[in-house]
Amino acid sequence: MSEPNKRYLELVSKKMPKSRHLTTMFRAFWTGGTICMIGQAFTDLYSSLPAALPEEDVSALTTITLILITAVLTGIGVYDKIGAYAGAGSIVPITGFANSVVSPAIEHKREGVVLGLCSNMFSVAGPVIVFGISSSVVVGIIVLIFKGAFV
Amino acid sequence: MRRSTYEFGSDVRIEETATIVGPREKDGPLGKYFDKDFRDDLLGQKSHEKAEIKMHVTLLRYLLNKSKHDQNDIDLCISGDLLDEIMGTCLTMREFDIPFMGAYNACATFAESLITAAMLISGGKFRRIISSTSSHFSTAERQYRYPLELGNQRTPLAQWTVTGAGATMLNDSLGTVALTSCTIGRVVDFGVTDSNDMGACMAPAASDTMQRHFEERGVDPDYYDLILTGDLGDAGSRLLKILMREKGTPIGDNYNDCGVLIFNRAAQDVGQGGSGAACSSTVFNGYVYKKMLRGEYKKVLLVPTGALCSKTSVLQGESIPGIAHAVSFEVI
Repeated sequence: MSEPNKRYLELVSKKMPKSRHLTTMFRAFWTGGTICMIGQAFTDLYSSLPAALPEEDVSALTTITLILITAVLTGIGVYDKIGAYAGAGSIVPITGFANSVVSPAIEHKREGVVLGLCSNMFSVAGPVIVFGISSSVVVGIIVLIFKGAFV
Repeated sequence: MRRSTYEFGSDVRIEETATIVGPREKDGPLGKYFDKDFRDDLLGQKSHEKAEIKMHVTLLRYLLNKSKHDQNDIDLCISGDLLDEIMGTCLTMREFDIPFMGAYNACATFAESLITAAMLISGGKFRRIISSTSSHFSTAERQYRYPLELGNQRTPLAQWTVTGAGATMLNDSLGTVALTSCTIGRVVDFGVTDSNDMGACMAPAASDTMQRHFEERGVDPDYYDLILTGDLGDAGSRLLKILMREKGTPIGDNYNDCGVLIFNRAAQDVGQGGSGAACSSTVFNGYVYKKMLRGEYKKVLLVPTGALCSKTSVLQGESIPGIAHAVSFEVI
């Protein structure tokens, strides 16, 4: 018995519980905002150091700090609990990306370093990297062609 | 479709059962009915897969001890789980010198295994067969979903895979509960593509099998004290009730779902309820069988349900077919 049963699919979409969008959006809003605020606090801290760092180094340091914190939180099993509450709030910032690299790495460590950990590390984050690199190439070509227009 | 209900009278009986569950199941409403439990879901092993194997081995050893049989008394073991190549069960059976046949029907594996065992015993060549299934939340998450530590949200339709294993020892003469009949299900696919919505994938299969069971066996749903589906979850059970009502055999208060029974949905954050190959096997072997021994239930229809879901086929745009087999038990 295999043909899509329209009447049943309508029944399913009518009867099955749905995500509560207002609640989840509110949670994503405040947790995402808090993560960005923490990032800003690190930026302010690094800019106020006695050894005056150039702006680029400050933003790189901030990113690295957030990634480190996330990696540790993922390792001790806290970040997935934050994610279960926050949803997009903790997925969209750089911390979410770090979590999506560290979590499959932990999971696949048991299958060995090379074929387990290394080959599965980007199983979740892979598409993000592919699209990130591809779009940067496209933008690079546009800038190369229309260089004059941007100066 | 041809008839697929088979009756065994009192030729096939349950001699003994055993269950083992993880912490969340032990803390659930049925906790006290399970024989063994463990608090550490790794069971001191290096991986969750190894933990699932250890759990299954422990269960079978315990069942042999409890029934005072040694391995030579068992003619056959028919077992399965949810992992690729039913890897957990195959490695479990490495520890035993018992003839083994693997079974896979997703979460309906327990029914497939019981039905095969009942057929073999009623055929007269086998005397004593063990049917068992195991599942583990962490191995199933990895197999079908995302890494455990990934910070994503579960949809409201998601279900929680039961960590545990259950085994039934069937034989031809001992015991007071008989496996009286079975209806073998067919694969039913109504076109549901959401792999989180297992309840909706399986409800049509459950309804189809139950319908045919009542018709071919010539009984009403009221004939049974308890009708129990495997793991439709709360929302899926409601869908099943609607389907059964539409087809003219409404099921009433004697209906429940193993996935709904095993957890406290309000307090345990398990989505729509439990699921997994061990969901029906732990609830039946722990809770239902003990209630039948005490005479609280006399006639029970167990309908384990399986979503025949593969990560590959879902990515290739296939919908998810469901299957359900019905097995009836009666106190004799």
